[in-house]
Amino acid sequence: MSEENAASGEGEAVVVAVEAVAERIEAERDRLTDLDSAIGDADHGGNMARGWAEAAEAASDLEDPDPETVAKTVGKTLMSEVGGASGPLFGGSLVFAGAELADGVTPETAVAFAETYLEKVQDRGDARIGDATMVDALTPAVHTFKKSIEVDDLPPLEALAKAVDAAERGVAFTVPIRARKGRASYLGWRSVGHQDPGATSALFILEELLRVAADRLDREIPEVDATSPTIPDDAEADDAEADGDDGTDADAEGAA
Amino acid sequence: MKKLINDPDDVVDEMLDGMTAAHPDRLRRLPDTQVLVRDDAPVDGKVAIVTGGGSGHEPTHAGYIGDGMLDGAAAGGVFSSPTADEFEELIAACDGDAGVLCVIKNYEGDVMNFETAIELAEMEGATVDSVVVDDDVAVEDSLYTSGRRGVCGTILVHKAAGAKAAAGADLSEVTRVAEKVVDNVATMGMALTSCVTPEKGEPTFDLGDDEIELGIGIHGEPGTERTDAMPADEVTAELTESVLADLDLDAGAEVVTIVNGMGGTPEMELFVVNRRLQVLLGERDLSVHDAWVGDYMTSLDMAGVSITVCAVDDELKELFDAAADTPALTVR
Repeated sequence: MSEENAASGEGEAVVVAVEAVAERIEAERDRLTDLDSAIGDADHGGNMARGWAEAAEAASDLEDPDPETVAKTVGKTLMSEVGGASGPLFGGSLVFAGAELADGVTPETAVAFAETYLEKVQDRGDARIGDATMVDALTPAVHTFKKSIEVDDLPPLEALAKAVDAAERGVAFTVPIRARKGRASYLGWRSVGHQDPGATSALFILEELLRVAADRLDREIPEVDATSPTIPDDAEADDAEADGDDGTDADAEGAA
Repeated sequence: MKKLINDPDDVVDEMLDGMTAAHPDRLRRLPDTQVLVRDDAPVDGKVAIVTGGGSGHEPTHAGYIGDGMLDGAAAGGVFSSPTADEFEELIAACDGDAGVLCVIKNYEGDVMNFETAIELAEMEGATVDSVVVDDDVAVEDSLYTSGRRGVCGTILVHKAAGAKAAAGADLSEVTRVAEKVVDNVATMGMALTSCVTPEKGEPTFDLGDDEIELGIGIHGEPGTERTDAMPADEVTAELTESVLADLDLDAGAEVVTIVNGMGGTPEMELFVVNRRLQVLLGERDLSVHDAWVGDYMTSLDMAGVSITVCAVDDELKELFDAAADTPALTVR
């Protein structure tokens, strides 16, 4: 992980991650729009692709960036470019969470980043687990990441791989449940059977963070046994919620 | 449908430039934004009142910028919320170091973007309060809201809070009177026709020649009931009934009323509605302190009307009567 004085190398790593996310979201634009057409107003793919493209550009324009600055810049850009509710949710949360990276990216700051991000998403959208929103992808990802680092003492890359796996299952969970928040909730019971576009975007972001982190460490993406649920195996089940456009933290993590 | 526009993508931008050109001594546009503020913003030592939301509701929002009302307003795209960074710039530009009150209409996009901006402004050291207006009695949850929509009653919130701030009150007092209006105001609207957005160029919903829609919002979103067209007096009775049921006023109570046109309704018809409204209130032994009639919060070119009733006490009467000097509303 990073040394304190490696912040600028970390910042560049975060920029690389942001660029990867932008490419991925662009590649998935139609898929996201299709998901949103089924339950919303069919603009999620276009809005996210535009926002991340602008964010990647703003991030790569930064001179000698540190992780906090990159996170805040990306967050601000998403806020202004994505529009609708996704702007404040994906972008606003990143601006606040970015402050956790002031001292660079370490396993500890990455966890703090992720938890703050999730907290902000939940507060802003007033959504909880089971509402069929991005919270359903982020909560398991953040909880799993935190436990992997703090309880299981896993290497960061493995922790991130587990978080991505958890997010994937969280996205799957949005399919059979009824949406209680966001535009899909207007459909009532008709929202059952549809995968949430916001949760899907969150997963794509996490997957890219993992990929960039593995690249940076020059390692394979760790295999995760998807059949083993991540359940706190001691009585000290954690509080916590967090989330993660961990974009930043995750990848920086890897970087570190 | 014919519209007097150029490229639909430019319509808000061009409208804002046209507004500042009409009122160069009063309105200033923040560079690279869709935010308009008082020419003399920030007013040092005065609590700032700011608002914003989608465009298409003119004269709301920027039409109420001026002495005794708003310090600034952010304009989003047609019927879509401004972004959080625009709200953030609005707050920063109007903050005269006495605090800022954000008046938010209860729509998910507006609330989420405004709240994000408020939190960011607070991080920068600003003191910010907010009130969420939800005066529409038609529906509890709607296409764009959890809970009730914020509609024409918002103008009275601007008026009361703006007057209180102009009188030198502090932020907590200004917020208190804004909340007082929110607690005592109710609105219900109806449509004779749909509106036509510049983007789409055709009616958002179809309404037959012999049909009207009750409980309509201000974005062309559906109302609560589609019914046969009826004479003005019957429509007025329906709307008044719903509003008064919500307010549950005692006989002898004093009120201020607004008959608001939705953008495509002749003033003639608004006065016909107002006539009946005043008769109905008199029959219920309610005393009308003031009756506003005109286009205050519209829905593009929709033909229709909303009726707002606000219960008033001495404090609110004084605030509604206080001087205001804005492009859309002047009280002397």
